[in-house]
Amino acid sequence: MGNAKKQKLNLTDKSMSKITSLADLKKKREELKSGLDIRTKALDPENIVQVKVAMATCGIASGAKTVMEFFLEQLDRRNIAAVVTQTGCMGYCYAEPTIEVKLPGQDPVVFGFVDLKRADQIIEKYIKTGELVDGIIPVNYQIIDLKE
Amino acid sequence: MSKYSMHLLVCGGTGCHASESDAIVCNLRDELEAKGLMDSVQVIMTGCFGFCEKGPIVKVMPDNTFYVQVKPEDAQTIVEEHVIKGRKVTRLLYKDPVTKESVSDSKHMGFFKKQLRIVLRNCGFINPENIDEYIARDGYQALGKVLMEMTPEQVIKEVKDSGQRGRGGAGFSTGLKWELARKNQSDEKYVVCNADEGDPGAFMDRSVLEGDPHSVLEAMAICGFSIGASNGLIYIRAEYPLAIERLKIAINQAREYGLLGNNIFGTGFNFDIKLRYGAGAFVCGEETALIHSMEGLRGEPTVKPPFPAEAGYLGKPTNVNNVETFAAIPAIILKGAKWFSSIGTEKSKGTKVFALAGKINNVGLIEVPMGTTLREVIFEIGGGIRNGKKFKGIQTGGPSGGCLSEKHLDTPIDFDNLIAAGSIMGSGAMIVLDEDDCMVSMAKFFLEFTVEESCGKCAPCRIGNKRLHELLGQICEGKGTLADLDRLKNMSVVIKDTALCGLGQTSPNPVLSMMDNYYDEYVAHVTNKKCPAGQCKSLMEYIINPDNCVGCTACARVCPVNAITGERKEVHLINPAICIKCGACMEKCKFDAIFIS
Repeated sequence: MGNAKKQKLNLTDKSMSKITSLADLKKKREELKSGLDIRTKALDPENIVQVKVAMATCGIASGAKTVMEFFLEQLDRRNIAAVVTQTGCMGYCYAEPTIEVKLPGQDPVVFGFVDLKRADQIIEKYIKTGELVDGIIPVNYQIIDLKE
Repeated sequence: MSKYSMHLLVCGGTGCHASESDAIVCNLRDELEAKGLMDSVQVIMTGCFGFCEKGPIVKVMPDNTFYVQVKPEDAQTIVEEHVIKGRKVTRLLYKDPVTKESVSDSKHMGFFKKQLRIVLRNCGFINPENIDEYIARDGYQALGKVLMEMTPEQVIKEVKDSGQRGRGGAGFSTGLKWELARKNQSDEKYVVCNADEGDPGAFMDRSVLEGDPHSVLEAMAICGFSIGASNGLIYIRAEYPLAIERLKIAINQAREYGLLGNNIFGTGFNFDIKLRYGAGAFVCGEETALIHSMEGLRGEPTVKPPFPAEAGYLGKPTNVNNVETFAAIPAIILKGAKWFSSIGTEKSKGTKVFALAGKINNVGLIEVPMGTTLREVIFEIGGGIRNGKKFKGIQTGGPSGGCLSEKHLDTPIDFDNLIAAGSIMGSGAMIVLDEDDCMVSMAKFFLEFTVEESCGKCAPCRIGNKRLHELLGQICEGKGTLADLDRLKNMSVVIKDTALCGLGQTSPNPVLSMMDNYYDEYVAHVTNKKCPAGQCKSLMEYIINPDNCVGCTACARVCPVNAITGERKEVHLINPAICIKCGACMEKCKFDAIFIS
């Protein structure tokens, strides 16, 4: 895919060590959880924005790749500290490409029909000023929590 | 950083739009303007909430207040009470149908529990190419638990007790399948993941593999431990290049962490997974055909027994499960059989992923507990029928399934109810049909697929389906008779009873169920030579209404086959013997004088 390279702060870049016991795995999980926090907190939490782009085959076919590249490039160019990652299918086929934006301290918002024009609006309006733009997809499901 | 302290989200889905959500937006904005609040409160129209039944919806953020059945004139109250005074407008709140109490926070509304994501728990949330994100969301914990704390028998019992049934379509108990594979002694056994997703309109397996590949790898290792296998194979069609790519990345990452390979978690358990590519033949989704294809033989099914659990891949005991089946296993292990079996109906436990397609507004992938009704799926989650048309039917289970009609809308979806209604669960494809769809043409369409995909090994499937298809073609052309309808039915039953494998045994399902539910439409085709939905070209007739025709000659000039005759300023006439039913005349006519009978 090559996208891994483009991701900022990709945690798998660290050298991989073997996980040899369940205790190891649990330790790893806790590390990663706080690790995810570190990657946001270390860079001034007030200014870190998280963008996830739905990149399943169908999303890519509707232009998600271009949208992801746009975010990577433009957030950088516009000096907005952000993490842009890819993710799988969100299930909203009718509204591809879809992205999720999480502003610090707020619930994530999913936007559908994200072409470059809308991507630009999202950066300029939602990410910069918190003003919502068209294309919001209300989340209407719940996810299980695997905690034992 | 946000200059807005409050957002009013107004549903702009088709249903709410039809009930004046536009006007609500305008009124809210006017009210805010009048009160000088435009800079701190933003009104925005959103996509469908799926709660069309109680629309129009207005949701207030950040406090998650959910107003239902809002009218444009309620805008003033919402702004004056909620926005300015911070008091919720009780009369507009959703009332719980059971407790009759107002629910102010949308997170506590039963409606939002309609979709429950177990299989899709990580899809669209984690980066599928990063194993760390999977681990951070409790990934591989289930494998750890199984290897360190459980015996194979305990794992199998847990899976059995969960009541999970195979999501590939047949609905066989997963735990029982594992138990059978465990019982057969052999020096080598295999765990196979069936990722040969072939139903037109089904894409849940691809989505899981592309969005959460590790969940499948983890489950395969758990299965390997349970049945005593150290080799896993994923049979995936080459048409899924991205899923293959992500699986490869996932397998490599898991190996690097030691979560696949030798001596996993230091327990001495070895398990590794390899990929096997299929060429995309539908029949290779059948487990014996799949195994033959992996062995390098022709992808043809063989008679069971012997079942793969006895003699499968390379003659060794083999357990084949579908992608979706595997993806739920880590959740079952971590949260327990009791939890899983508390979801769903008496004999179908857990959730099912459905791919919604066809004439439905919110085409997409959903996951609901078993027992959810078709009505809830289509009208509440799916947002209803496109363009305000009337619902006619829903084809469940792809070309192997049946078409259910309006009378089945309130049937709770589970394996047994769908069979009782004349369809099957199948892989979970759902194709919604509206009033414009002809049920004879639809049956013909699905058979076209099975005729194409039949491997040709057994006569009922190879020849029988071909004859069925021909008969349906004749009926569409107006050359069918009442006796043909009986022949259709008889032949379908014989094919079902005598075909070798699941493909042939289910291929007449669309014909049988459509004849059952829409018999009048079939009769109309053969006796009146009419297609009520207006789809069968041969049965349509373009007619000029003499009352409206002014003799402008526009239709005669546009007709490509000169089928229209008539003098200027006199009523024109279409010769049905010449007419090719292209519809050009009707499009051209400015006086609505041409209609289809």
